[in-house]
Amino acid sequence: MGMTMSQKILADHAGLPEVKAGQLIEASLDLVLGNDITTPVAISVMDGFKSDKVFDKDKIALVMDHFIPNKDIKSAENCKCCRDFAAKHELTNYFDVGKMGIEHALLPEEGLTVAGDLIIGADSHTCTYGALGAFSTGVGSTDMAAGMATGKAWFKVPEAIKFNIVGKKQPYVSGKDLILHIIGMIGVDGALYRSMEFTGEGISELNIDDRLTIANMAIEAGGKNGIFPVDDIAIEYMKAHGERPYKVYEADSDAEYAEEYTIDLSELKPTVSYPHLPSNTKTIDEAVKDNIKVDQAVIGSCTNGRISDLRAAAEIIRGHSIAKDVRCIVIPGTQKIYLKALEEGLIKDFIEAGAIVSTPTCGPCLGGYMGILAAGERCISTTNRNFVGRMGHVNSEVYLASPAVAAASAIKGYIADPRG
Amino acid sequence: MEAKGRVFKYGNNVDTDVIIPARYLAIQDKKELASHCMEDIDTEFVKKVSAGDIMVAGKNFGCGSSREHAPIVIKEAGISCVIAETFARIFFRNAINIGLPIIECKEASEGIKAGDEVEIDFDSGEIKDLTTGASYQGTPFPAFMQGIISAGGLVDYINRSSS
Repeated sequence: MGMTMSQKILADHAGLPEVKAGQLIEASLDLVLGNDITTPVAISVMDGFKSDKVFDKDKIALVMDHFIPNKDIKSAENCKCCRDFAAKHELTNYFDVGKMGIEHALLPEEGLTVAGDLIIGADSHTCTYGALGAFSTGVGSTDMAAGMATGKAWFKVPEAIKFNIVGKKQPYVSGKDLILHIIGMIGVDGALYRSMEFTGEGISELNIDDRLTIANMAIEAGGKNGIFPVDDIAIEYMKAHGERPYKVYEADSDAEYAEEYTIDLSELKPTVSYPHLPSNTKTIDEAVKDNIKVDQAVIGSCTNGRISDLRAAAEIIRGHSIAKDVRCIVIPGTQKIYLKALEEGLIKDFIEAGAIVSTPTCGPCLGGYMGILAAGERCISTTNRNFVGRMGHVNSEVYLASPAVAAASAIKGYIADPRG
Repeated sequence: MEAKGRVFKYGNNVDTDVIIPARYLAIQDKKELASHCMEDIDTEFVKKVSAGDIMVAGKNFGCGSSREHAPIVIKEAGISCVIAETFARIFFRNAINIGLPIIECKEASEGIKAGDEVEIDFDSGEIKDLTTGASYQGTPFPAFMQGIISAGGLVDYINRSSS
């Protein structure tokens, strides 16, 4: 019996010719990732180990992105703890204010995540790197600590769901709409413990930013990882962003899948997830009819803070004004994305329209800072979760959507259709 | 290994943001963190919970972020076991790693009510509802996972086995 793409990467990293779904394996890691929330917990776990050595100073990435620039004394102390640890172990890939970006926007851009890699990160959206053909998955701080110390982790080999993507997408439809549609279709636990493998001729319709958005939200369907085949678009991106050699794995033609779905991009419409679950989706036509007034629009995050996202938002906002009662917060994912947006004039478009542009941060997405909601307030957001209290008060609401929908809504003051 | 206590009951998709809201994640002190456990869906939880109590929920418990703070605060609050129909995978892994006993059992998740007195035998996986007299069969953990849980987590387990 053949193996899925995810299974092949796991087998190779475990030094096994073959693995089967359900099998427990120990595998070697190419990268271990942590942020300013999860790393301090991992460091205190490492304090309990007999040795405090790290397995490879080049294969650990610590990104300060959740609560920085430090929002309070406690977050400042957490970052200092990470900074001291990075200095002590001479970690090559430590990213602090000035060099940092939102981790899952930053690491692919830095060339630290390439096809064929096996990556764990103490952040649930670590599944993002599957866009480039890596197996990457989120873990907790104890697994991160064990990974930093040994360069290894145990895995239960997942079975997979195959998503066959066909057709051509319509204008103003993006990777965000595809993944929200999928989560709406299969539910927030529809891919629990499983890989989500995307394939089909429609993949060529999705640029690398679309794919990063889709793989990023695999966790929102409960998935262990999301993964894309490595095509010319992925190879071109990796060559432009680093020199690390990549390895292309392909699913066997006789690989077994637990489920298979076919999705026609031409039928896809801009999609919105209503509170309080990402699976609570409606198409934009239905959402517009609901007349949903918004108080805030957030355009950014590890899901949608990349240059294509900012371009999509700016195209709609350019020459218009943000609605009188709306705060529009734009957050480029990394310093490089910020600079590119500046060079392209997008930042000017946002500011002239009355939006604000922030330094890269996870901030509002998880209700940290930089855009917290009061009771009764509503936000249209390009982020990834709309759980109760996610962005602030327990009686606030988050509607998830693409940058185009968020931008159109910011101008109208109501959830709006970017297609006009 | 056994657990016995009163049940706090929740529904499907209890996410890590309600288990421990992100606004508290900068806190390192476990006791202080645990004082905010579940507060966004149940403000009474921390006032009423006592050591040994049991949490019962539906599908996909612990979905959302990878924060290990989530199983840590549940354990720190005094919960001796979480029973759910299914667990989100990162939470599942984190719970084992920090030594919080969890059991998947659809029937118990449906049948047990809030406030029931429940007893769990981790060796056999048997769950007894002492209030109703009902009995359910959960999947027992293999020995090595019981070892991790009884050692109080992966770190102590590893240190103990290598000494």
